[in-house]
Amino acid sequence: MTVEQIVFYVFATLTILSALGVVTVRNSVQAVLCLVLTFFSAAVLWMLLEAEFLAVALVLVYVGAVMVLFLFVVMMLDVDFASLKQGFTRYVPLGILVAIGLLIGLYWVLRGEVFGLEAMPEPAKHAADHSNVETLGLLLYTDYFYAFEIAGVILLVSIVAAISLTFRGRRERRGQSVPSQHRASKDERLHIIKMDAEVAQDDESETDDSEKAAGKNRDQTKGETS
Amino acid sequence: MSLTHYLMVSAILFAISVIGIIINRKNVITLLMCIELMLLAVNTNFIAFSRYLNDEVGQIFVFFILTVAAAEAAIGLAILVVLFRSNKDIDVEELRELKG
Amino acid sequence: MSMQTQLLVIVLAPLLGAILAGLLGKRLGKRLTHRLTIVGVAVSFILSLRIFWGYLYGNATPVDITVYNWASFADLSIQIGFMIDSLSALMMVVVTFVSLMVHIYSIGYMHDDDGYQRFFSYLSLFTFSMLMLVMANNFLQLFFGWEAVGLVSYLLIGFWYQKESAIFANMKAFLVNRVGDFGFILGIGAIFLLFGTFDYAPIFKTMGQAEEIMQISERSAENALGLMSLDGSFVAWGDTTWPIITFICICLFIGAMGKSAQVPLHVWLPDSMEGPTPISALIHAATMVTAGVFMVARMSPLFEFSETALMVVTVIGAITALFMGLVAIVQNDIKRIIAYSTLSQLGYMVVALGVSAYSAAIFHLFTHAFFKALLFLGAGSVIVALHHEQNIRKMGGLYKRLPLTYWTTLIGTLALIGTPFFAGFYSKDAIIMAAGQAQGPAASFAYFAVMAGVVITALYSIRMLLVVFHGKSTLDEQHLSQLTESPRVITWPLIALAVPSLMIGWFMTQPMLDGDYFAESLMVLTSHDTMQAFREEFTGAMSFAMHGFMTPVFWLMLAGVVTALIFIWFKPGWGVAVGKMLTPINRLLQRKYFFDEVYQKVFAKGSYSLGDMLWQYGDKAVIDDGIVNSGAQTLGRIGQKLRKLQTGYLYHYALVMVLGLVALLLWLILRN
Repeated sequence: MTVEQIVFYVFATLTILSALGVVTVRNSVQAVLCLVLTFFSAAVLWMLLEAEFLAVALVLVYVGAVMVLFLFVVMMLDVDFASLKQGFTRYVPLGILVAIGLLIGLYWVLRGEVFGLEAMPEPAKHAADHSNVETLGLLLYTDYFYAFEIAGVILLVSIVAAISLTFRGRRERRGQSVPSQHRASKDERLHIIKMDAEVAQDDESETDDSEKAAGKNRDQTKGETS
Repeated sequence: MSLTHYLMVSAILFAISVIGIIINRKNVITLLMCIELMLLAVNTNFIAFSRYLNDEVGQIFVFFILTVAAAEAAIGLAILVVLFRSNKDIDVEELRELKG
Repeated sequence: MSMQTQLLVIVLAPLLGAILAGLLGKRLGKRLTHRLTIVGVAVSFILSLRIFWGYLYGNATPVDITVYNWASFADLSIQIGFMIDSLSALMMVVVTFVSLMVHIYSIGYMHDDDGYQRFFSYLSLFTFSMLMLVMANNFLQLFFGWEAVGLVSYLLIGFWYQKESAIFANMKAFLVNRVGDFGFILGIGAIFLLFGTFDYAPIFKTMGQAEEIMQISERSAENALGLMSLDGSFVAWGDTTWPIITFICICLFIGAMGKSAQVPLHVWLPDSMEGPTPISALIHAATMVTAGVFMVARMSPLFEFSETALMVVTVIGAITALFMGLVAIVQNDIKRIIAYSTLSQLGYMVVALGVSAYSAAIFHLFTHAFFKALLFLGAGSVIVALHHEQNIRKMGGLYKRLPLTYWTTLIGTLALIGTPFFAGFYSKDAIIMAAGQAQGPAASFAYFAVMAGVVITALYSIRMLLVVFHGKSTLDEQHLSQLTESPRVITWPLIALAVPSLMIGWFMTQPMLDGDYFAESLMVLTSHDTMQAFREEFTGAMSFAMHGFMTPVFWLMLAGVVTALIFIWFKPGWGVAVGKMLTPINRLLQRKYFFDEVYQKVFAKGSYSLGDMLWQYGDKAVIDDGIVNSGAQTLGRIGQKLRKLQTGYLYHYALVMVLGLVALLLWLILRN
């Protein structure tokens, strides 16, 4: 057994076991941690396949960002996880049945005669100075440039979507409300008060008159607005 | 190591995630994680083929799948949070508004 | 002006008036509206008269102008064009003259009506349509005009659309005319089948050649048609086959029966009196109802070759002439009396057509247009004076109060009953002589009918005249003294119509009946020439009228007049007694031979119950319940079953998705 084979079998087993852990453990936090382990060991397998960039990206982006996001959510939500796992075993037989059917089918497709070493020999390993990042970069920024741009837009959209979905604060926007502006009538804004021209009179009667006139005017405006 | 080895690993990963989707009746988070697992299986397939066919385009594909999966996870979790806010629960069995 | 321009102006001037009055009427105001439309009609009248003059005294030749190619298919082109010859020129003058008089008259008659502008718009539109009909040079244009005058007639009968009876009457007119039009359009279709064209000119040319063959080689009509390869036959039913030419002619005549109100499609005409009186004068007496007569005369080259069709025409005409006249005797509504008289006179024209005396028919149409329009307008004048009273029993003694109306109506009545020297005498005498000349049982019956019709015409005409204008008024003195003669816009058209009613025969009889005015537009086979006797006897208008005093026709007429005088004037009691003695007949006439009742029961009720049956069983049971509802229910039931699949559980959907994936995978593997 070469080192390579040992590494493969160890991490393949680890991947499968931790994946089983994801679906079986009762605690969600543990499930997320299992998922992290799955991603890690898968990244090792990808290393074996000489996809160094993607293996690193998987660890950095997925484990570093997405899984942390999962963890945040699981811890943030006040969920009674114990109750969530009730009735868990009821569907296990069905699940296993489907999984076995799937595996039989897939094995039929992927069996050794089709994809074994005789049919598809292992290609020569790249030289030590081969740069996987350079190869990918050359492809990505030339042939797949538009797709790359679109991927950027998708990420932007997902940021906006996630924020707008979960945003709970006051939406402090200032704007005009056109319908209410239209509904306003002249009378609500402007009161025209008719007053008699002031004529110089003796002091006492003047005050009386002006009071009277003011009362009259108030009546008038009331009549108009109603 | 032959191609079959890698492909079988991803097939088993895929089958496990299918089992996870079927047996999990309560937790939306687990559902999301199973989907992530499925994507991982698919990505492993892509990378394995890319290696054995000596064609880096497969890796480019994985790159984009990772991008979309990240976006999907972000939005999925956001929806989950909103769901929890309105239902105080993330029980899958309670999500039956679509019942005919 | 070139001929084409003139013709276009004739047709379009009234149309322009109609459009202006109809669309801008309210803005133009009453005065401007009637001025505009009258100017439009006057222009076409003057131009028509000029053209007519050319044919009557000049040596104008027939014109066939295509104005516009409307549509063309493979080898068929549909054109708008004019065929002007002596026949259409005559019709144009009649139409535009009577229309002009009616326009002027309507200023007074419709004075206070709310729909004043609408009325003038319709009048001008009618003039346009009728001109299109008579000036057409192909069958489609003829049909267009035919339907357009029917439409305007419908609109005008229902002019006072708030009156329920008016709406009933216009619907009736429309429906009955549909029956006729159905035949007419079948006839046009058959013509196209036989000749492959809608244009008059090639059809007439073919028929002209057939006639030449007949004359030169002395063959029978069938033989000549055979040589022209026009002897197709039409399988009516079972083993009965008709020569196709007969089929065409009978179908066309069914159209004419509808439009010219011949038994049994006459029922709409008396009811059409619901419309304003000027309309009765223009459309339902002078012009539109004569469209059928005109059409048959126009198609004389076809009708001449079908003895059967001519026989049918004769019999229908004779029945109409005799029996509709009888109904007029017992009517009490002044307009209905004239309407039944119109029916009877149309019967005369159709008899003339049936015995191949086309010129006599057209000449009677011509004179009848003047005196019948005059009678209607006179009746309208009386109606206006009495504030829209139409029952003659409530009239009487009006001659002092309405002298102008009285004298003009008298002239119209004398012309109608065929008093020598009056216009009606010449035309009616020509028809009676032609009917006497014709051979065969149908012609014998027709001769009897028109002779009896003379007595009857005199009877009802004089009865109406006496009851309305003489006799004791049922109005009290105060009312009577308030009656005044109608305004000048009403009386002037009366005078303008009275003049031709009196004198037109003096000038026109010679060229039209004796001369060759119609030589180029009507075709009469030598064997059918029933006008020969008339031509032999006719030496001049005056001497013919003098001779008229010695014919049996005159004495029959006199007998009618005397009978009317005795029963109405001298011994009114006798009339009542005779009426009682003949109660069953009286009843039959009062109910107009039960035509309306039968139609109502059979056709109207039948249609209703058929529709009801189709509704109940066809629509409700089969379509609604059977197809629509049960289809919906079935789908609903299927949906009820299917909705169980939608559990709403997310994992069910996921499971099915996965199962589908597995199944697809297995299928892909096992397929190979």
